[in-house]
Amino acid sequence: MRRYLGRKILIYILTFFLAVTIDWLIPRFMPGDPVQTMLSRGLLHAEGVEVMYGYYTRAFGLDVPIWQQYLNFWSALFHGDLGTSVYLFPQPVARVIMRAVPYDIFLLLPAILLSWFAGNKFGAFAARTKWLDNTILPIGYILTATPYMWLGILLAWAFGVVLGIFPIAGAYGFELRPHLSWTFIGSVLKHWFLPFASLFLVKFGGWAIGMRNMIIYELEADYSHYLEALGAPRKLVRKYAFRNAILPQITGLSLDLGVIVAGALVTEVVFSYPGIGYLILQAIQNQDYFLIQGCFLFIIIGVLLANFAIDIAYVIVDPRTRLGMMGETA
Amino acid sequence: MTNPKKKNEILYFALRNNKLRVGLTIIILFLVLTFVGPMLTDYAPYDYLNPKGAQPPSSEYWFGTTMFGQDVFTQFVHGLKATFLVGAIGGGLGTFIGILIGFTAGYRGGIIDELLNTLTNIVLVIPTLAILLIIAAYLTVRGILVESIFIGCTAWPWAARAIRAQTFSLRSRDFVDLARLSGMRAWKIIFTEIAPNMMSYLLLVFILQFGGAILIAATLDFIGLGPTNAVSLGLMMNNAVLWGALLLGIWWWFVPPGVAIMAIVGALYVTNVGLDEVFNPKLREM
Repeated sequence: MRRYLGRKILIYILTFFLAVTIDWLIPRFMPGDPVQTMLSRGLLHAEGVEVMYGYYTRAFGLDVPIWQQYLNFWSALFHGDLGTSVYLFPQPVARVIMRAVPYDIFLLLPAILLSWFAGNKFGAFAARTKWLDNTILPIGYILTATPYMWLGILLAWAFGVVLGIFPIAGAYGFELRPHLSWTFIGSVLKHWFLPFASLFLVKFGGWAIGMRNMIIYELEADYSHYLEALGAPRKLVRKYAFRNAILPQITGLSLDLGVIVAGALVTEVVFSYPGIGYLILQAIQNQDYFLIQGCFLFIIIGVLLANFAIDIAYVIVDPRTRLGMMGETA
Repeated sequence: MTNPKKKNEILYFALRNNKLRVGLTIIILFLVLTFVGPMLTDYAPYDYLNPKGAQPPSSEYWFGTTMFGQDVFTQFVHGLKATFLVGAIGGGLGTFIGILIGFTAGYRGGIIDELLNTLTNIVLVIPTLAILLIIAAYLTVRGILVESIFIGCTAWPWAARAIRAQTFSLRSRDFVDLARLSGMRAWKIIFTEIAPNMMSYLLLVFILQFGGAILIAATLDFIGLGPTNAVSLGLMMNNAVLWGALLLGIWWWFVPPGVAIMAIVGALYVTNVGLDEVFNPKLREM
């Protein structure tokens, strides 16, 4: 187990290292001058441009040798300094992002976990059940092929505009201030439901199909046939098949995190939900590069942490990893 | 080593497979529309045509017009072209890099495998969109080609991993040992002995990469980092949402691009499963 987790942690540390390096590299080696690009918008007179140019050059740390820029970048990072937001000047990027993160967790965690559990249960149930296979599976394919933002747009339009049941913008009513009361909690839940539902539905389709295919593979495996030949009840055979089929689904969950995060970003854009996705849209529209880079790092850190949590879950579910029998392949 | 009899058998099952038939039909329909569509309209995607602004579908403007009076149908067929291009180039490149790394790692083994595997695992963890996001944000001029190349360069890891595992299991077969004993070069062995045995698998990988590239491109376009000089389906949705098509009820602006992406990607997935059933007798329904 130690070997298995040790390998994983090494990969995560290397990934983080690479991500920070990319974050540092791209603004410096992309064609064009980032500071110039940033200033080409918005500022009016030449003096102002010159002052701002000096400020940003120093902020980027472009006036010292390149290796020192790199070290400075790391040291600033460990001090929690991600620069200053241009769009929300003079707030530090780290604080702007921290304000958005709770919304992301609130949206993503239930959507990921519930769709995974429900999808797997349902997929296992549908496998080799003829009428379910033929009716519900096409729906599953349609759902998993749907772009997140489009399902979000459709839900917002149908339930928000046409039926008028749910609000389609913000995280709580515009007339409310965050405080602890039933009205506020109700408003938060109401604003949360549609973005959650669009993330949930797309993912649900994907997991159900994956599980259905996995179960069919397992039911064709020798051990299943052997159990059947022994006269084991159908339910028991399926139970064993499920335990084996769930393992690739756990791996699948960690492989899929990036896609889900991307889905959450665009869903937030559709619903103007104040998480990181919405922040990124604002940052792009205002050419706020520090903010984009900060969001990038936060997404990476979040995905790495989630991956680690999934690895631990894998160790708990699969006894072979605990006994060190598959440190290589996993 | 495919003899004619086996080929006929595959064709036989391919023609009888409903999933394959439905999937391929949808894809071909959209491909035809992509080529024929631009000939059916006399407008350019961003021409301001209708002085009345947004109007529902009519005989003059088949899919209606946007808030600025642009023809939605024209944008749609040009956007389709962009979608297929991104899928083919991005998906193709992703598959190609995956094959290269997967074969090398799986066949060579040892330290090379260790290094490539670590690299694969690292790129696998980083969310593709996050990388594309900061690259695209710093590129002031973006084209569909550049977008596809970046998508291909970040989408390969799972393909590499899957191909590596397959190569690994084929590597120790007798016929590969025999080829090695006869003094064949490594690359020749890979391409003449191992690859032909994985052709069906590589095709499935390409189909999934194709669909994945389309979805990623749509996502990227939707947050405003798409091509700056062309139309795409994601960009249409982006414009529709930014200009309040939702609140104004201009549904004909945002429904067609989404339907197209969903149908194409869904058809690809269904084709994929159909092909899997054709190639793998265990999965055929009895």
